[in-house]
Amino acid sequence: MQHSAPAVQVEQLTVERGGAPVLADLALSVAAGTVTGLLGPSGCGKSTLLRAIVGVQQVRSGRIDVLGLAAGAPALRRRVGYVTQEPSVYADLTVRENLEFFARVLGVARSRIDEVLELVGLEPHAGHLVGRLSGGQRSRASLAAALLGEPELLVLDEPTVGLDPVLRESLWDTFHALAAAGTTLLVSSHVMEEASRCDRLLLMRAGQVIADETPDGLRRRGGSPDLDQCFLAIIRASQPDAEVVR
Amino acid sequence: MSGRVIAAIAHRVLHQLRRDPRTIVLILGMPPLLLTILRSVFDGRPELFANVAVGLVGFFPLLLMFIITSITMLRERTSGTLERLMSLPVAKADLLLGYAAAFGLVAAVQATVTATVTIGPLGVEIDGAAWLLVLFAVVNALLGVALGLFASAFARSEFQAVQMMPALILPQLLLCGLLAPRDQMGELLQAISVALPMTWAFDGLARVADGEGLGTSAVTRDLIVVLAVALAALAAGAATLRRRTP
Repeated sequence: MQHSAPAVQVEQLTVERGGAPVLADLALSVAAGTVTGLLGPSGCGKSTLLRAIVGVQQVRSGRIDVLGLAAGAPALRRRVGYVTQEPSVYADLTVRENLEFFARVLGVARSRIDEVLELVGLEPHAGHLVGRLSGGQRSRASLAAALLGEPELLVLDEPTVGLDPVLRESLWDTFHALAAAGTTLLVSSHVMEEASRCDRLLLMRAGQVIADETPDGLRRRGGSPDLDQCFLAIIRASQPDAEVVR
Repeated sequence: MSGRVIAAIAHRVLHQLRRDPRTIVLILGMPPLLLTILRSVFDGRPELFANVAVGLVGFFPLLLMFIITSITMLRERTSGTLERLMSLPVAKADLLLGYAAAFGLVAAVQATVTATVTIGPLGVEIDGAAWLLVLFAVVNALLGVALGLFASAFARSEFQAVQMMPALILPQLLLCGLLAPRDQMGELLQAISVALPMTWAFDGLARVADGEGLGTSAVTRDLIVVLAVALAALAAGAATLRRRTP
């Protein structure tokens, strides 16, 4: 995986909120063209890390390189797609109207709207108001908006929350198709069955990355074929360290 | 800055407004209705009504655009769409000018309706050009948009945003000379009123009603003062927009 420069390289990243460290001296690397999963208990700093990589988070110190530029550089705003945990689309517009707006902002052709609608399986709901959609449909509308500009790096914060297994499966197929076409995906999740579909896994706890492995490597390290069990084992083993950070 | 993005944002804001017919009815219907009631309140003193009505033609856009803008922008902040826009190739000026263009257009329609009703059915005679009344109203509306954007940065909820209105807008109404001539106010209030943009707008409106036009330096001066304050408030609003948030 080291044949090309990493899509994301983070070094000594510290983020504080209200004086308390949310991310403490964090380091990680995301290989280009892969699907990397970011996992960890809720409140461990996953969203903060993703926001820092996208460049919308105030950081205390550290270096974040994204596609060879400093995170948040203006030139990256076209090259990085970001989907927040809460769907960030306009509830009082239809799915298509939302996509038309973001397509205009990005300056991409309108034909692209039908493509992304198909990618996320929302064609039947294109004319529906976002506010009337189910939670899963709404988050797919949000994902569709992020896909419009064909970003080189897609940062997705819990994109499959509230989706049924069939839909989740088809979205993961989409993620892998995007990665095969050269897109780098960084996906946070807490669903373990999704972890097994990642090329690489980053396990976080209390503001630090405590494991960076392939799913198989993680199974070896955790001593169990079940990723759930491996996560618990590794998190428990890291506990003393984490208490020092606090 | 990009004309395409400004147009996209203005178009989207107007589109959202179109989805909300009740608000449109309130924006366009309330000022004429209130003026009609006021006409009856001042039934025995039409000359006093004329003075108040001309001032209110300029005041309504300021008030309504302040409320609408502060709440829509607050929604944009809390729904995550602002964070998404800040991660896209959108300049802060694009966002502010997009909003200003959309609501400025709405204000122009509102002011035209209000001025037409005032001069027509309500029988207020003005010696100057009616379009100058509308122009002052539109500039006041831009001031309302700018102050609303600014206020939204300091409100955590829509409830708080509405509470900003008495703080920022009502003092201007009390001191601008509409309720009582400024030369009859206490010296301190007179001095304060000079610093408030609505004072200059009311001065300009009263001069237009008295038959002065853009040719006279006082009307031009009033217009420039209000416009300058609106632009300064827009710049202050831009300063409250942060790409990186804690």
